[in-house]
Amino acid sequence: MRIALFITCVNDLMFPETGKAVVRLLRGLGHEVDFPLEQTCCGQMHANTGYREEAVPLVRRFADVFGSYDAVVSPSGSCAAMVRDSYPGLVPRDDRVASVSSRTYELSELLVDVLGVTDTGAYFPHRVTYHPTCHGLRMLGLGDKPLSLLRGVRGIELAELPAAEECCGFGGTFAVKNAEVSTAMLTDKCRNALSTDAEVLAAADNSCLTHIGGGLSRMRAGMRVMHYAEILAAREHDLGPSAGHVDEGTLR
Amino acid sequence: MTIPHGSGNLVGLPFPTAAKPRVRDIGLRANLRRATGTIRAKRAAVVGEVEETGDWEPLREAGRAIKARTMRHLPELLERFEAKATEAGAVVHWARDAGEANRIVADLIRRTGEREVVKVKSMATQEIGLNEALAAQGIAATETDLAELIVQLAGDEPSHILVPAIHKNRSEIRELFRARMPGTDDSLTDEPRDLAEAARKHLRAKFLSAKVAVSGANFAVAETGTLVVVESEGNGRMCLTLPETLISVVGVEKILPEFADLEVFMQLLPRSSTGERMNPYTSMWTGVTEGDGPSSVHIVLIDNGRSATLADEVGRQALHCIRCSACLNVCPVYERTGGHAYGSVYPGPIGAILSPQLTGIEANKTLPFASTLCGACYEVCPVKINIPEVLVHLRQESPKNLAEKSAMGAAAWVMGSRRRYEAGLRAARMGSFPWRAKGSLKHMPWPMSGWTSSRDLPVPPKESFRDWWKREGEGR
Repeated sequence: MRIALFITCVNDLMFPETGKAVVRLLRGLGHEVDFPLEQTCCGQMHANTGYREEAVPLVRRFADVFGSYDAVVSPSGSCAAMVRDSYPGLVPRDDRVASVSSRTYELSELLVDVLGVTDTGAYFPHRVTYHPTCHGLRMLGLGDKPLSLLRGVRGIELAELPAAEECCGFGGTFAVKNAEVSTAMLTDKCRNALSTDAEVLAAADNSCLTHIGGGLSRMRAGMRVMHYAEILAAREHDLGPSAGHVDEGTLR
Repeated sequence: MTIPHGSGNLVGLPFPTAAKPRVRDIGLRANLRRATGTIRAKRAAVVGEVEETGDWEPLREAGRAIKARTMRHLPELLERFEAKATEAGAVVHWARDAGEANRIVADLIRRTGEREVVKVKSMATQEIGLNEALAAQGIAATETDLAELIVQLAGDEPSHILVPAIHKNRSEIRELFRARMPGTDDSLTDEPRDLAEAARKHLRAKFLSAKVAVSGANFAVAETGTLVVVESEGNGRMCLTLPETLISVVGVEKILPEFADLEVFMQLLPRSSTGERMNPYTSMWTGVTEGDGPSSVHIVLIDNGRSATLADEVGRQALHCIRCSACLNVCPVYERTGGHAYGSVYPGPIGAILSPQLTGIEANKTLPFASTLCGACYEVCPVKINIPEVLVHLRQESPKNLAEKSAMGAAAWVMGSRRRYEAGLRAARMGSFPWRAKGSLKHMPWPMSGWTSSRDLPVPPKESFRDWWKREGEGR
């Protein structure tokens, strides 16, 4: 099976470790993974902020770049939801777009539904709480797929996050256009996260994690955020999540 | 031809401006947290029962389908309703907008010679500002729903569709009753039972003396010409049966094709709204019945922007709303701002898509952005209104700020080619180089100051993912 990694523009620039973790993870499980260098952005920011015309060429571009692969995997619930949920509406009656859209998966969907993985062989002896991000939860319907994979990690101690399904307040440009409300939502998310006494808050979306991590860092909370792919790819010889990280909340 | 938009209590300050003081109001936040949390739990329990039997999704789908069919045939169904209601002895009036509806109702009341009317809780009359319009003509309208009465006594505005006084707690209500409600003294406690009893005594006198009542309607059945009011307190039943004249103000979208359709909505509405299997009082009336109830029955059908909304293929699903307010109770934005921040009688997620369509987007351009698109509203909507989809659609229609538009255009241009994209990544890394040692940014200039006011922003690391991939020879 030819699997292509759709890293997303935010991860490409800001969070390369997440992409490396996905590559390590899939190769470790015996799968080939390719990274088509022509990929850029899925157009979610444009489409969700009211710039449909600007998003449409990016949708077509995505279909060009990824059309020849059997499966496209993304470590972002939100961008995967954009491709699978919103693409067919943005460029209707286009078979190429519809086809690539239906073959695009968030990481846990590819692992659990397509590849039938239950154990990634990970070792991560830390207390972790998991935040199900909104688009993964409600648009993709990930259910407990990411959590089921985390449960299989050796050494991990999972703490349930109170009000887990409530939005963290990010919402793309919402965080800037409605900063007051966004901050109020973030504060409640952080309060719930801190109540778990976890060292790490994990999620399937680095954009949401940038938001929650940015709040935790500002509070000097002593808790950091991490993409769950990096936990699934963690091995015994790795340094712990806190080794060398003096700035709480940052992703690395 | 452009279809006229609506008027009335549908526009306030821009959402971010109106939200600011509310987010900082500690008492309001506590009241909202407690109240929405309680209703959420009640709804989850009674909807859960139906989900377990596998019936909830088919019910929602049936509700959606009936509403969609209604919208496709709205003109014919309205004419059928008018014919049936008229046949049964009601007088049907048509109002283009708030002003016209208010004039019709005021004229009808003036003709009775009365100066006082009792009211059943109604979103349509809140929307058109009927109470204020009647007051200007010297007619006093008394709200008889407990929460509406509280809001009216306080000279306040409702902040929730179902529980309009959700922003007030019981001590605030006791103080209000003591100060403003006739026949109340210092012995009044803040026990809910005592507060309700005080209101009951006050209202009983109004019910018994009123000659005219004004209501809305939850449903209007085209097949029979029947109006339906769904309520909990029995005040509605009093108003709908005791007075001689009954005037009902009904939005044109409240039509249901057939009487049997109520079977679906009477299962969906109470569960989604108050979190009950069935509401205590459901009143239905068809025109005039000799010797039973009001002898003069008027129905004012209002458009007020609904035809304009119906003309929008994506946005028209907002007209499917049955005003249950489940979306308000699960909305993380609503829970932190309350309803007043939305500036319209329709707050929360449904308000964010309904108000801008009724008034036209120019008048209400910040509301479609008052959401993180988290989707919690869509998940609970009993008629499956895809609120996030309509929000994004309205953002598309909304007038654009020039600076934002050029930034978005530039970003799309950069993302349009690999060469430009890679140059962009390099520029972002080089531009943030001076701050890399710090790990994150604490202060940024406008507009990103909105972010850094409460959140640190990480700095891009030295190497992008693609550079690693190339350097390592396809990541190996």
